[in-house]
Amino acid sequence: MYLKRAVWAVLGLVSALSLPSGAWADCPKDPQRIVSLGGTITEIIYRLGEEGRIVAVDSTSSYPAASASLPKVGYFRQVAAEGVLSLNPDLVLADADAGPTDVLEQIEQAGICVLRAPDGGTIESILDRVRMVGKTLGVEEKATGVAEEIEAALSETATKIAAADGEPKILFLISIDAGTPMAAGTETEADDIIRLAGGVNAVNAFSGYKPLSPEVAAASQADYILVMDHTAQQAGGADRILSLPPLAVTPAGANGNLISMEGLLLLGFGPRTPEAVLKLASAIHPELSAE
Amino acid sequence: MATHSLPLNNKTWRARFSTTHRVFILLSGLLVFSFVLGLTIGGYDLSFLKILSVLLLSIGLPGFVEVAPHEQAILLSIRIPRLLLAIAVGGALGIAGAVMQSLFRNPLAEPGLVGVSSGAALAAVIVIVGIGSELILFGLNMTPYALPVAAFIGGLGATTLLYVLAQRVPGDPLPSMLLIGIAINAIAVAGIGLAQFVSTDTQLRLVTFWMLGGLGAARWETIALPLLLIVGSCFYLVRLAQPLNAYLLGTDEARHLGVDPKALTRRAVFFVALAVGAAVAVSGIISFVGLIVPHLVRLVTGPDNRTVLAASALFGASFLIFMDLIARTIVIPAEMPIGLVCSAFGGPFFLWLLLYKIRGQRA
Repeated sequence: MYLKRAVWAVLGLVSALSLPSGAWADCPKDPQRIVSLGGTITEIIYRLGEEGRIVAVDSTSSYPAASASLPKVGYFRQVAAEGVLSLNPDLVLADADAGPTDVLEQIEQAGICVLRAPDGGTIESILDRVRMVGKTLGVEEKATGVAEEIEAALSETATKIAAADGEPKILFLISIDAGTPMAAGTETEADDIIRLAGGVNAVNAFSGYKPLSPEVAAASQADYILVMDHTAQQAGGADRILSLPPLAVTPAGANGNLISMEGLLLLGFGPRTPEAVLKLASAIHPELSAE
Repeated sequence: MATHSLPLNNKTWRARFSTTHRVFILLSGLLVFSFVLGLTIGGYDLSFLKILSVLLLSIGLPGFVEVAPHEQAILLSIRIPRLLLAIAVGGALGIAGAVMQSLFRNPLAEPGLVGVSSGAALAAVIVIVGIGSELILFGLNMTPYALPVAAFIGGLGATTLLYVLAQRVPGDPLPSMLLIGIAINAIAVAGIGLAQFVSTDTQLRLVTFWMLGGLGAARWETIALPLLLIVGSCFYLVRLAQPLNAYLLGTDEARHLGVDPKALTRRAVFFVALAVGAAVAVSGIISFVGLIVPHLVRLVTGPDNRTVLAASALFGASFLIFMDLIARTIVIPAEMPIGLVCSAFGGPFFLWLLLYKIRGQRA
């Protein structure tokens, strides 16, 4: 009898401990104190008009400008459990890359609901993110509306791009002359956005961000060099970048084709992605804006 | 080093002379060979005839075949400056390692010992992580030059600090220099760690790759000044061969032979820092070359610095050309960091050498 009870008790304890981690924390239906980890997540919350519920953001949250003045919990890949907990949040909304995972688990174990948004990179993922954030915040209808707007804007851009001539080659560089230039290969958000804008990545032989052979860069026949604003600044501006030997000999160098865009806009895969695609597409397909 | 001896004996002069000659002819041949190899192989396929034609064209002679302008640019503005940088950096690290091993009478000494690499790395990392806006001086955008200049100043600064602190210790400053060097390296590593801690993912990636070294930023504009500094320092360091030979016998013995140990230390440390600082500023941290090259040279030539110093510079240059050749072709179109290649090839080779030597000594 006692033995049977003891066995059940042990089994019960084991099953309680092995529950999926999400079960530790109750997720509120209507969260009011949100910590947003990831610039795109913050953008989505603002787009849904729910920014009043944010108590803190991470350091990559820079858009809209007002979000920059919110309390910061550090870089979203490197948050600290106690720092987040000290804000007494009822929800931590994390981007797919946020972390460290152990820290997010600690926060969950402290009884705070931690939810992760799906990874970016595709149109579908943007819509998923918006809908997921909307559902979590209890504003599903608004989110559906925003998702539809984004989808409509993107398909309108896609129709325009379909009419454009050819697929220009684009070389995306995250660093230019602080050492060997570093380029985006396949399986990067840069690669995804280039494709959405009707271009083709000049580097398809490796994945991720890696140092690129300067000779290969010179031979890449890239039509456009694409960089983030701060990369362009650090490398001394468009004229200097395009005059560097590995880039000067490319069609981009010959035609002065350097595109510089804000990093979060370009690679964020959030509500502003239609804007980013349109901006990039009109830069690489000048014939589109001529119409 | 127990095997160090001082060949002052005039009877062996003729024998030494001919060995030295053979070594220098061999090493010069190796350098020419590696240069030609480095010139012909690269990420962009250029035939030997085309390369020859570009070279002939550039000195005003007609070439053999038609070469497109972009192919000329790849050879003249990318590949050749890079080869020259490899020669300079390899030479600097080779001779600096030889001088350090001789000065500290320690076969494990390497150029980084005097804090120059870690000081440069700290400054470079601070620039990568810290610069958020443009740096305008006299109306010119100086942002791209911030990194190499800061690295060079950081390297020299760390070495100067080390030297000044060592002077405050009574007696022979060299043993305390070793310890102070370790402390300065530790502080620099902490600073680098702190900068990495506050960096974003992209910055962290740049920091990681910079710390592994690379010659991919070589252009005429970026290599001109480092080349001058390195060549000048190397010529000066070669002239320290005689006093360093005397110093190998011991501090007192060197004094009897008319060598001022303090002045020798100051000159050696300063010019090593100058050469290595200039090298690190444009190429990042390249480990192992300064340690392994002088060892290999000494294995053939014996310990006489009159041969070892110049031979280490020559061999270091060829060695780095080969390593860079691997770095820039092994994962085309990407590039492997050269420090990684040097350690990956240098480490096992060095190990083999040690074991082989030990077995040789036992037999």
